[in-house]
Amino acid sequence: MMTELNTALIEYCLRIADNSLIHAQRIADWTGHGPILEEDIAMSNVSLDLIGQARGFYTYASQLEGNGKSEDFYAFHRGERDFRNRLMVEQPDLKDFGFTMMKLFFNGCFDYLIFRDLMKSNDETISGLASKSIKEVTYHVRHAGDWVVRLGDGTEESHQRIQKSLNELWPFTNELFEQNEVDELLIHNGAAFNKKELKAEWEAMVNEIITKATLIIPSDSTYFYSGGINGVHSEHLGFLLAEMQYLPRMYPDAIW
Amino acid sequence: MVKLDVGEIWDLLNTIPDPEVPAISIVELGVVRDVRISDNVVEVDITPTYSGCPALKNMEDQVRAKLLLAGMTPKIRTIYKPAWTTDWMSEGTKEKLRVYGIAPPEKVSFENLHPFANNDKGPVACPFCRSFDTILTSRFGSTACKALHFCNSCCQPFEQFKCH
Repeated sequence: MMTELNTALIEYCLRIADNSLIHAQRIADWTGHGPILEEDIAMSNVSLDLIGQARGFYTYASQLEGNGKSEDFYAFHRGERDFRNRLMVEQPDLKDFGFTMMKLFFNGCFDYLIFRDLMKSNDETISGLASKSIKEVTYHVRHAGDWVVRLGDGTEESHQRIQKSLNELWPFTNELFEQNEVDELLIHNGAAFNKKELKAEWEAMVNEIITKATLIIPSDSTYFYSGGINGVHSEHLGFLLAEMQYLPRMYPDAIW
Repeated sequence: MVKLDVGEIWDLLNTIPDPEVPAISIVELGVVRDVRISDNVVEVDITPTYSGCPALKNMEDQVRAKLLLAGMTPKIRTIYKPAWTTDWMSEGTKEKLRVYGIAPPEKVSFENLHPFANNDKGPVACPFCRSFDTILTSRFGSTACKALHFCNSCCQPFEQFKCH
């Protein structure tokens, strides 16, 4: 019989995996469209890292469920209400390179902090996956942070454009620290940690780079998006899934 | 068929080249973590270099094929902890990379573990002319494990195995 703890662990793993997968799918949009060849390659590499991280957590979720579901099931055969990713990652990337870098930076800083904590999880698999993922995330943050500074402290146009991206993304940042009874149960059992306690540290990391980039965090934000934790998404996720899931849904026997 | 012992299996796996950097073996790369034998079953623990490394499946297939050909039953397990690090490469392995034209990774420092830490260890030595007059042109290269550099001395672009 599935214990309450197991159910919570599955939900927790799916959140991390969904977040990495949807973010990866968005970033992969740059493949073949990068502003320069090196960044095209960089985006494909980052996307690949994130897909790899998602696979690890999906595989663990499937082992916990123990009913023969594969990682592909979670990625390709669930609808948008089943996905637990944060709304920020599903926002379309292919409009402005600075937007992608700002998004990668905000998410990466948070993922760095959460994986650092999860390395101490008493769940051996989660701790292993976190110790693997944190190295890759650290590299992504370094890369994205450099671009935020370069664009923010660059030309008048690059400054304006990345400030606009920052303003558009800021209302999605509160969701990083949202948690519910799943987290509470896992925190109580020593498998996960309190996300709310990461907020001050995340803000300090973000401020350090934003200041260097001569950018400003909007002080008049009164509205913050929310919903991913309950599977309530923006309109963009449905379109993303339609494209990503088309082939395995149309040809269920296809193998690759 | 003669049964192989653990040491001989390590030797056998050491003949499998890294599919992306064939100058070194998957054992030298540090991907093979443990080998255990019980009866005719050989259990091999392997760990990915990067989470999304597309070569991992190929490495698994090669390990399986080698063991089957040797008359053993392979059982392969993917492990994540401890996380793979380039520090597991020996000096000899690093020299093989350099001769192959890839600048070897430096030792991972504690500072590398934080995204904003000053990890500037100065320029990487060119694997061709050994000059330090080089620049990093891109953090990401042709595979997940490499970055791109350029040597001002011999005017050659070169790859570096990232310090990870």
